[in-house]
Formats: sequence, C-alpha cells, structure tokens
Amino acid sequence: MLIFEHSRPGRRNYSQSPTTPAEKQAIPQNLLRKSPVLLPEVSEMDAVRHYTRLSQKNFSIDTEFYPLGSCTMKYNPRACNALAMLPQFLARHPLAPEDTGQGFLACMYELQEILKDVTGMAGVSLTPMAGAQGELIGVMMIRAYHEARGDKKRTEIIVPDAAHGTNPATAVMCGYKVVEITTDKEGNVDMDALKAAVGPQTAGLMLTNPSTLGVFEKNISEMSRIVHEAGGLLYYDGANLNAVLGKVKPGDMGFDVIHINLHKTFSTPHGGGGPGAAPVGVAERLLPYLPIPMVAHEKGVYRWLTEEDVPQTIGRLSAHMGNAGVLLRAYIYVRLLGAEGMNRISQYATLNANYLMAELRKAGFEIAYPTRRASHEFIVTLKEIKERTGVTAMNLAKRLLDKGYHAPTTYFPILIPECLLIEPAETESKQTLDAFVTAMKEILQEIEDQPDMVKSAPHNMPLRKLDDVRAARELDLAWKPQ
Amino acid sequence: MPFIPHTEEDVEEMLASIGAASIEELFDEIPPDLKTGNLSRVPPGMTEMEITRLMHERAQADGFYLNFIGAGAYEHHIPAAVWQITTRGEFYSSYTPYQAEASQGTLQLLYEYQTMMASLTGMDVSNASLYDGATALAEAALMAVRQHKTSRRILVPGTAHPTYRKVLRAIVRNQDIEVVEIPFDPESGQVIPEQLDPFGQEEFAALVVPQPNFFGVLEQVDTLTDWAHKKNSLVIAVVNPMSLAMLTPPGEWGTKGADIAVGEGQPLGIPLSSGGPYFGFMACKQELVRQMPGRIIGKTVDLDNKPGFVLTLQAREQHIRRSKATSNICTNQGLMVTAATIYMSLLGPEGLRRVAAQSHANLLQLVEKLETIPGVKRAHSGFCFHEAALKLPGPIDEILQALKAQGILGGLSLQDYYPALSNTLLVCTTETKTPVDLDKFGEVLGKILKKYK
Repeated sequence: MLIFEHSRPGRRNYSQSPTTPAEKQAIPQNLLRKSPVLLPEVSEMDAVRHYTRLSQKNFSIDTEFYPLGSCTMKYNPRACNALAMLPQFLARHPLAPEDTGQGFLACMYELQEILKDVTGMAGVSLTPMAGAQGELIGVMMIRAYHEARGDKKRTEIIVPDAAHGTNPATAVMCGYKVVEITTDKEGNVDMDALKAAVGPQTAGLMLTNPSTLGVFEKNISEMSRIVHEAGGLLYYDGANLNAVLGKVKPGDMGFDVIHINLHKTFSTPHGGGGPGAAPVGVAERLLPYLPIPMVAHEKGVYRWLTEEDVPQTIGRLSAHMGNAGVLLRAYIYVRLLGAEGMNRISQYATLNANYLMAELRKAGFEIAYPTRRASHEFIVTLKEIKERTGVTAMNLAKRLLDKGYHAPTTYFPILIPECLLIEPAETESKQTLDAFVTAMKEILQEIEDQPDMVKSAPHNMPLRKLDDVRAARELDLAWKPQ
Repeated sequence: MPFIPHTEEDVEEMLASIGAASIEELFDEIPPDLKTGNLSRVPPGMTEMEITRLMHERAQADGFYLNFIGAGAYEHHIPAAVWQITTRGEFYSSYTPYQAEASQGTLQLLYEYQTMMASLTGMDVSNASLYDGATALAEAALMAVRQHKTSRRILVPGTAHPTYRKVLRAIVRNQDIEVVEIPFDPESGQVIPEQLDPFGQEEFAALVVPQPNFFGVLEQVDTLTDWAHKKNSLVIAVVNPMSLAMLTPPGEWGTKGADIAVGEGQPLGIPLSSGGPYFGFMACKQELVRQMPGRIIGKTVDLDNKPGFVLTLQAREQHIRRSKATSNICTNQGLMVTAATIYMSLLGPEGLRRVAAQSHANLLQLVEKLETIPGVKRAHSGFCFHEAALKLPGPIDEILQALKAQGILGGLSLQDYYPALSNTLLVCTTETKTPVDLDKFGEVLGKILKKYK
C-alpha cells in the first residue's frame, strides 16, 4: 500500500507546521499556485508506521550479511552517526562565518591530513559527493594539467575492460575518447595491450588496484612507467582501497590522482544509494588544480581556501563543500580506529575474502582466478553450471535472498561469464562466513536436484521475481489518484 | 579490536583452511618494494567515550546562532520522526536497490518520492535524486543539449545562484557547451523579458529560469518561458521546492510549462549541516525521460502479478551503457530522499503550504521592521518569497560582525558575489523565526546602525 492510499482529506499533523495560517502575503495572483500538491494527508503515526514497515522490506548491513563485491558493505558504527548529528553540527549554515565553525573545520582539516597519509598524496580536497564525482573531478584535473602545459593533443583515456562503468562514462564527460584494454588470463591488465594503446595521444590511464577482478596488479610499477614515459597520468579509482589500507599507498605506486570512496573504506553509510563522499588526492604536480573549497590551518585558525588561494583550481563542484556530514562520519570512524585500526582493516578484509574463497572452492564452486590470492574480494563463475543446468548467476543470487543473505554483485566485471563478485568485508565473523558457505552448498545441491525451483527464486521474499521488462516498456514512474 | 570480531582461534582455523601461515602471507602478491603503507600521521585510535567527548567539545565550540542566512540552504523545522525513521539501519545501511526483491522498502519509498516531486513541480516525471542543486542544474544543461541536438548554448541569468553558475561552468567546460550570462535589471532584481532578444538571435538549447532567484525575487516566469519556447529552446526551471507549496509550479509556467525542473532538495527535511549532504532533484516532461540522468524507479509486477518496484530505464546508465551513458552518476543521495519523503508525508499539502506561507509572511514582517531603521531599504523592487536584499547605511562586514557578537547571523553579504552590491545584505526568514526573533533582529540592528547615521 502506498502512503497516498493511507491519505484522508483533512487529516493533519498540527504540531509539525505553523498552527495558524500566515497573516501577510504579497505575491501577485499570476505567480501563485492554483493546482493542489499531491501529498498524503496522514497522521504522524500513519507515516511512522508506513515507513517503518517499508524499511522492514529492505535487506541491510544491520540485518543481513551483504557480501556485495566492489561495494565494501562493512558495519557502519553507530557512534559515527550519533556524533555527526550533534545539534550544533546540524544547525550550522554552510555560509556561516568561519569563526562560528572552527570545531567543524578542525575535523575537516584533520581528515584532509589523514587522507594524505593514507593515500601517499601531496594534497586532498574533500568536496566530491560520490565516487563518480570524484572520478569526474580527477579526470578534470588531468585535463587541466595537460592544457596548462599547452599539451592539447592528448585526447584519450585508457580504461581496462574490467573497470567500473563510471570510468568510461566519466572520461566521456570530460571530453575524452575511451580506449579499452584487455585483461590477461591471470586477471592482470594485458601489458601488450597497454603498450599498444599508449602514445602521445594518451591523457591518462584509469585503474583500480586491486582490480575489480579481486587481484593485485603486480605490474603496477611497470604500467606506471609506461604511461608516464608517454606523458600520460595515472588515475587511481579508490573503490578497493579497503584491501590495501596501511599496506600500500597509491602515491607510492605511481598514481597522480586518486579518489577515495569514504562510503566504502571509511564506513560511512550507503543509505540505500547515497550519500557517499569521495575526496580526491593528488601528487605534487596536480596540486594547483584541486577543487575548492579546501580547509587551511594558519596561526591556529581554520579557514576555507577559495579561488584567490588556488587560482588554477578546476573550480567548484558542489554548492558548498560536498557532503559535509558524511565527511564528519568518516572523520569519527578514522579517529575511532586510529593507525592500528586502519592496518587491521586490510588484514582482516583480506583474511575473510581468502577464507571464503577457500571454503567455496572446497564446496565445489569454480573460482575465476584460482591461482591468485584474493584481495578483499574474489569471483565465482557459474559458467559450467549454466551450460549444464541452465541455472544462472542471477538465479543463484535470488536464491541466496531466500536464505537470508544479500546477493553478491552479479554480472560485474562483465568479462567473466555468469560471475558473482564476493566481498565479505572485515567486520563479518568466521561464523557468519561459515553459515554463508552452508547456504551456498545447499543451493549447489538444489541446482542438481531441483533446478527449476532455483530458476524461479526468490520464493520466501515479500515478492517473487519482478518483471523488469514490463517496468521499462509500460513506464509507471508516479502514482495517479484513482 | 574495534569492529573486527575475530578471535585468535578463528584466525588460526581460517589460515589453516587457506593454507597460509600468517595473515601477512596473504599479501605476498604485492611487490615488497611497494609495501610502504605505514601510517605515520594517523593518530592512535580512541575509545567511543573519548571520541564522544572530543566531538561534543567541537560541536560546542561552534555553538548556536539566530540565523538569517539563506542563499540556497534554508533552516526549517524538521519533525523528530523524520530522522528517527531515516536512520533506521534498514534504510541507513542498505545499498543501492539492485536486488529489487530485497529492496522493496527503498524502492517503494523512491516511487512515492517521485510522485510527490512530480506533483510539487507540476512535471510528468521525477528521477530519484542527484547530488545537489548546483550539480542538478549542470545535469539539466547537459540534458537540454542532448535533447536540443543543434545548439550547445545555454542562457543563464545573472540572478541565478552564483555558485550554481560556477558549478555549471566547471562541469560543462569540457564538452564544448557555451554558457551565456544574461543581465538583469538592477532596480527590480529580475530578468526583464523585453531585454532578452539580443540573446535569442543565435540559436540556444535552453534558458535557465530561477524562481525565486538568488536575490529572493520572483521572476516573470510565464513570459520568460514563452519567449524561450518561441525560439524552439527548452526551459530549465531552478526552484526552491518549499516555495512551490505557494508558487506556480514550473510545469504550469507560460503556455506550455518548463521542460525540466531542478533544484536543491534541502528545504524538505534536511538539516543545514555545513552544506551537506543535501540532494538535488530533477523532474521533467514525459518526452524527456530517456534523456534524464540518475536512478529512476518504475512500478511493475512480480511472477504472481503482485505490484512491486524496480530500478528502470537502466539502459541510460553507466553500468550498462558505459561510455555512452547519459551521465556518469550512479549512487547519489538516497538517504536524503528518504528523509524528504517522510518529511513531505508528515507535513502533507496543508502543512507544507503553511510552512511556505509563514516563511514568506515572516520576511514581509522583517523587511517592514528593518526598513523603519534609518538608511535601511530594500535593494530591489520585485516581489519576494522568503528572502530579500537590503541596502545598509554602513560597512557590511563590520555590521555582520557586530550582529554575530550578539548571537545573530544577520545574512549574507552580496558584495563578494556582485561587486556592485556593496553594503547589501541578503536576509532570509523561515517559519522557524518567531515574532520575538524578528523583533530582536530589528532592535539589535537598529542599535548597531546608530553609529552610521
């Protein structure tokens, strides 16, 4: 039932808006609204009950194991939320004077410094509001760098075929042509393909390391040399930073620019699809182009850096300074964990992934890169199962929902047929992983015994399989009163 | 170990299963010379009790003020239920609803949101959010260019939010899109439709129409919309969603209505929070839906013909289309939309209208009061919603400083954004300001301004 269907004309929550109609009004008739606004008329309890019940139809980290590869679904500490929502932080207007926000700005400045250390970069700007915006800003800086040098022939960005879809989409938004390069049998970027693709037209290479295939690009130093010698820059997609936190710094791998998904590695909530935050870090030579505002600390006072301080900046990419409240949560998280806690993240994320990979292999699942270590995630392929039984990766994913587990990422990376990208994250216990393996074994048996039942999963969810084709063909994007 | 549940016994068993001697061995594919990750500048960890004290101290240092700053971020009362429900773990800690059967809560909520926003803006369809108002404008400009096909020129009036204009330029710069700024009438604080013709001689993809504009002034939206449509261009409305409880929605502007409506969703239940997270909204006419960026939720049925909701029109998006997507956007501001939907449900049509009307009435009250102070007068003659520019008889920075010393953030100095507008204050009132607050502002400002007579 939709909230609109709970509506009764005249029902109102009198305590939540002015109790009497406003007395004064000075707006000409032709600018005044005449049509009614389609909002529900419900009591506070109606609304609370409705949205509480809706929430219960979601899987979430707080309720289920959520091994969604490439998304780092780790526990979101409640303290981070509670402390970021202290009333003074919530009440602070973004354009309020700097001296009324020294507490907030101190947190932002320290977060910048911490992220510099974590990434091995010379400068950090916190403003990007999501991974995709971090990428956009990163590639904009690459472009600004080449342009400032009068180097206008660089028209291409190289992207591995295993990359997130945002990588090529971002390159295009920055006016670049995308050159995709292939992956070798071991899951590394094909070095011959890279050498063939690189040239004077190369603006940069976008790379995730460990890659989306769940393996570390061993040849990264060589790749860095090849791209740099051709005059290109290296972009690090920080989606998988969780795997190497405190082990390897992207700056030391030769990367010139990086974005860090705080909603992954720094455990800010995913919120059912955002808000995220993806600060960008840069090496020395890209410092002049960082987006504003950033926070400076001078003579004991924190202040915003603006166009005057960073004249070559690529500019402003949000109305204020990005998702400030998300940044606060990340700051609290990193202070809770400290350096030692940051080191533990990559250790236990890697332990969990390799353990789960070992156990699933023993259970009879085919691992996409069996000779490799898992980073913090790994890929299972159902290619053989699909050919033999017709059961797909999506079927298995839906059957996992029935058993109380969120599905792994399916059909990504696209170069592995019938794949499940599995990322357990460091906050899950061995017991949870074991129970998941048991569920996976059960499904493997079900595929043999009753493949049609698996193909028509889910069976125990509030709804059965939904018709995506009909949704796109008979578009219904808003409710209409009967 | 904070947030890591492993016992020593667990670790031993896990390593045995893997066949590794230590956790460190699991990193043996990383070349040794790259293992330089030692974190020397990250401070040691804190307990929850310690970080709680630190954050309370920092929050207290920032304090509370009686705030009259608006300029794109507005202080409205947020019912307690909004964030209590929004931060339930099932909303807070779930991911983008790719697995529809396990995400019906978020998906249905987003469908309800799309319904509310389409109605509020008077448009046919809404997406499920963008990052913020400024980036929503940039996405609208890109969308208009895709739709128009023959022109890559966007007309933006100087009355549009200055930061939005900066963000727009920064984002479209690399795509050969020309942003042309059109002037406004300094006396009324509006765009004068009769002065637009020189800008319409060359083809353009879209005209941006802010309502209310950055000065709080109401534009002549009907005439502007019809003018742009006569030139075969699109109209992008940039609107404050709260104002739409009172003002003509973009879908009803002029003869045919605006084509795309975007704006900052923050007034709908999102706290000011130093600027974010907020959310951008975008609604458009049906024929533009396939050009729209961002997530879109559609209603469908399951195998038993029961109604349900899914992400739809995904063929526009980066994870399917990669380099040919309408935008690179994916995850954006889902949780903020959750709050906004609950906010709009709790307020209802009459509640929202009263909040808008009281915000407007308070502005009239405040301006009337402040204009009784010698030397204070409105900078523009146009009608306002809940924000207005005031000329002050003295140096604005000094005056704002003096107000702040008495616990009042008096507004925004316009000088930094419009050099011609020296000593001009942009003040905003919402329903949160009581008659006592308005009196206090008037009295304190009156005393401060005495020395500039």
